[in-house]
Amino acid sequence: MDIINFLQYSFIQKAFLAGSFVAIVCSALGLFLVLRKMSLIGDGLSHVSFGAIALGLFFGIYPFYVAVPVVMIASILILKISEKTKIYGDSAIGIVSSVGIAGGVILASVSHGFNVDLFSYLFGNILAISNIEVILSIILSIIVLLVIYFFYWDLFSATFDEEYAKTTGVKTNFINILLTLLTAITVVLSVKMVGIMLVSALLIIPAITALQLAKSFKMTMIIGSIVSLISVLLGITLSFLFDLPAGATIVIINALFFTLVFLYKKLSNSN
Amino acid sequence: MPPIIEVKNLSVNYGQTEALKNVSFAILNGDFVGLAGPNGAGKTTLIKAILGLIPVSSGSIDILGNKLDKFNNWGKIGYLPQKSSTINALFPAIVNEIVILGLLSQKKFPKRTTKNDQIKVNNILNDLGISDFKNKMLGELSGGQQQKVLLARALVSNPEILIFDEPSTALDPNSRESFFKLVQKLNKEKGIAIILITHDTGYIGSYANKLMYLDHELKYFGEISGFCLSDKENHSFERSGKHIIWHQHN
Repeated sequence: MDIINFLQYSFIQKAFLAGSFVAIVCSALGLFLVLRKMSLIGDGLSHVSFGAIALGLFFGIYPFYVAVPVVMIASILILKISEKTKIYGDSAIGIVSSVGIAGGVILASVSHGFNVDLFSYLFGNILAISNIEVILSIILSIIVLLVIYFFYWDLFSATFDEEYAKTTGVKTNFINILLTLLTAITVVLSVKMVGIMLVSALLIIPAITALQLAKSFKMTMIIGSIVSLISVLLGITLSFLFDLPAGATIVIINALFFTLVFLYKKLSNSN
Repeated sequence: MPPIIEVKNLSVNYGQTEALKNVSFAILNGDFVGLAGPNGAGKTTLIKAILGLIPVSSGSIDILGNKLDKFNNWGKIGYLPQKSSTINALFPAIVNEIVILGLLSQKKFPKRTTKNDQIKVNNILNDLGISDFKNKMLGELSGGQQQKVLLARALVSNPEILIFDEPSTALDPNSRESFFKLVQKLNKEKGIAIILITHDTGYIGSYANKLMYLDHELKYFGEISGFCLSDKENHSFERSGKHIIWHQHN
């Protein structure tokens, strides 16, 4: 099959379009999360999205419409638990995410009807993305990217040195909430692509690959986006050509990029 | 002209613990104040209260004639935090990006950098003799060079006062000497007031013109020479002040 024919399939076009946006958003946001040692919030929120999707299916509401607000609320809950109580951030993630999973399992058990639908979200399938999901992915991705663009310096400053950022008038509490909400939206967007189990890989791996090649903060963000974009496009292509699960293929390609870059850096440093 | 910083009857509590009790002083234009005291005496708490980073329990802080809660011209205050607590060697930022952060206080939403900002950054890097490092990653620089970068970040907004929290902690003796000389030069030539927390009490007398000695309460604030001559104050410092007193008498 030549590449032109391959690209003529509408489900491939939709997967490429939505995947490209989500890939860039994940890598850009992931860089801030990795540097703030918040990488695992993506994992925790993806577990919450399992419960939220189950809730949507239970009440017959389109899962995305439920998942976005529920995961956003959960993200704020994690932030506030770690800020206002004597509970560490990773423990707060653990509490909220396990409640999300538990809620999803109970709803699935009670309903007896949507287990297949629900469990399809565990591993995602971007090749089966619907028109509405493509539109939602693009709109929400653009919103996230615009927020990162407009708050770039505040996000950068608060990530580099939160205390100093406060002394220059950066509203760091607001920035922390903003970052958490953006992460919630991004996690929900990524669930369709790679599934609940693998969302955090999209946030973490492109960022740490780019960090190996870092020459400035801006360049790191650009490199991460390119790596993420290539991984998603290549992953979708290979999954179609070799009949592999798309999400897992995308993650493996991301991991291969990281391994190659890591080895290259090791070898070039030793010479 | 109002004092640059005026603190009146300031108290700060952490729960039941009284970190600062009834502290009052004024920093005037051109002052170079060494802030000394034992560990846990409230030195960093005082700085953080002035910078609005922690809530105060009672008392008032005025900056450039404005109440702290109304003050918004943060570019007039340059802050250099304790280096070891702020630098992440793996953070992928170059010197140019870090120094620009010092200009954020002058910007409104949406914060964008301009050519004029770049000129200011270039000028301050030139002034501090670190323009060659402009495109270097912070983690590639030595401790002394990193400290100069953070100083450039504090200076780029053209502040009237610089606040340092133990700036020499991570520096070797040579870097420490040149760093203190540079700070003194900024004080004398540019007239920037300085507050400098340090454990290098032996250095204070050589560079600062005033000493603030804190042990939850303000034990002494005034000329360093006055500090040494006061038998009453010497008595109250006991062991904590011994090194400063010894240094001054030698």
